[in-house]
Amino acid sequence: MSASSSSLVVQVRGLKKSFGANRVLDGVDLDVHKGEVVVVIGPSGSGKTTLLRCINLLETYEEGSIQVDGVEVGFRDGPGGTRQHRGDRELSRIRADIGMVFQLFNLFPHLTARENVMLGLRKVRGLSAAEAKRTAEQWLARVGLADKFDSLPSQLSGGQQQRVGIARAVAMEPKVLLLDEITSALDPELVGEVLTVVQELAKDGMTMIVVTHEMTFARDVSTRILFMDGGRIQVEGTPRQVLSMTNHERLKAFLARIEMKHH
Amino acid sequence: MLYAIRSLPFLWQGLLVTLEVSALVVFFSLIAGVILGVGIVYGPPWLYWPIRIYSDFFRGIPLLVLIFFIYYGLPLFGLNFTNFGSVVLALSAFETAHIIEVVRGAIQSIPRGQNEAAKTIGLTFGKRLLYVIAPQAARRFLPPWINAVVDTVKGSALVSLVGIVDLMLAIQQVIGRTYIPMPLYVLGAVMYFVINYSLSSASRALEARFAYIRE
Repeated sequence: MSASSSSLVVQVRGLKKSFGANRVLDGVDLDVHKGEVVVVIGPSGSGKTTLLRCINLLETYEEGSIQVDGVEVGFRDGPGGTRQHRGDRELSRIRADIGMVFQLFNLFPHLTARENVMLGLRKVRGLSAAEAKRTAEQWLARVGLADKFDSLPSQLSGGQQQRVGIARAVAMEPKVLLLDEITSALDPELVGEVLTVVQELAKDGMTMIVVTHEMTFARDVSTRILFMDGGRIQVEGTPRQVLSMTNHERLKAFLARIEMKHH
Repeated sequence: MLYAIRSLPFLWQGLLVTLEVSALVVFFSLIAGVILGVGIVYGPPWLYWPIRIYSDFFRGIPLLVLIFFIYYGLPLFGLNFTNFGSVVLALSAFETAHIIEVVRGAIQSIPRGQNEAAKTIGLTFGKRLLYVIAPQAARRFLPPWINAVVDTVKGSALVSLVGIVDLMLAIQQVIGRTYIPMPLYVLGAVMYFVINYSLSSASRALEARFAYIRE
C-alpha cells in the first residue's frame, strides 16, 4: 500500500473472536486508508459481518487490536500495560465517528425520515434544531428523498428506508462507513437505487467497508476486494485480480455459487 | 333509600381514601417498577437475580397476606407502620413486582437492531433509552400498565380489613346502620366501575395514539 500511514483510517491486527466454542474470526489483519472502498465477500459464516460488527464494537473482541483513526476501539490502557474494556460513554464517542448501515435498515419506527437523521446530530453532535434540520434535509435530498422528509419508515419502500439509513449514517460525517449487506433484504428492482447512492458516496471519497454479495458493485466501485472464509482473509487484491483468480479453489467455488444465484 | 342518599357524603369520603391509596400506590410502583425493570433488562447479573427473586416472590403471594404481614408481622421485628402506611407499602410492593414484568416485556419486545442502530450513531445508554427504546416500549407498556392500575384500585378495597375507611368499608358501615345492603352494594359497584371504566377508556385512547408506530 503506497498511501502514507497518516491516512490510515482502520487498522485491524490479529483479530480473533469466538461465539462459545465456535471461532468466527481467526486472526484478521486489515488496513483501510482514507477514501478506500473495501468490499468483503465470502460464504455465510465466514466472519465478514462479525468483522464489521467488531469494528464499531457491536461485538466485543478479546484477542488482537482494532484501531480507528489511531484509537483502539474496544479497550483503553489500564495499569501496568494491561487493557480494560471501555465504558459506555467512551464507546459512544468512538462509535459516533463510525457509521453503519444495516441489512434490515433498523430505522427508528416512531420517528419521521427527517427525525431519524436529526437524532444523532441533535443528541450526539449537539447541533441546534435548525442546524440539524437543515443538515438532515440536505442529506435526505442527496439520497433522492426530498419529498419524504415527513414520512414514517412504515410509509416508505425498502429501498427508500435503506436510503434514509444511509443518510442517517453519513450525516454524522463518520471517518469510516460500514455497510452490512445493505441490499440483501431488498426486492431486486430496489437494489439499484441504493447502490447508486453508495457509488456516489464512494466518488466523494467516503471511506467504506462493504459486506455484499453484489459482484457487479464490487467490481465497479471497490478499490480492493477481500475474500473471507473460515474466519480468515484468504485472498486480497484489486477487483480485477480477485475476480479473475482461477487458481484458488474456495474462491472459485464461492464465485460460481454467487453467479448461479443471479441467473 | 333516603338513607342511602343521605349517606352519600360519607361514601364520598371513603371514595377519596380509595383514590388516595390508589394514586400513591400507582405513583410509587411506577417509579420503582420502571427503575427495577430497566435494571433487570440491562443490569449486570448481581442486579438481575435480586430483582428476579423479588418479582417472582411478590407476584406469588396473595395481597392480603402481604398486607397482614406488614401490618401485624413486621412490628415483631421492631418495624411499625400505621394501617395506612402498611397498606400503601404492601400494595406498592405488590404492584411494583408486576410492573417490573410489564417493563421487561415492553423493552424486550423491541427488536435488538433498534438498540444497535442507536449505538452506531453514538447515543449513550441514557439517550438510547430515552429517545429510541422508551418511546417504542411505551406502546407495549401502556395497556398492561393500565390493567395494573385497575387492579390497584380494586385491590385497594382490601385496606378495609385493617380498619381504613375506604369506599368498601364506608359502604359496609352504612349497611350496618341502615340494613339495606343491595342498593348500597350496587351503588358501590357502580362507583368502582366508573373509575375503572374511565381508566380502560383512557387506555384505549392512548393505544390508538401510539398505533402509528409500526415496525
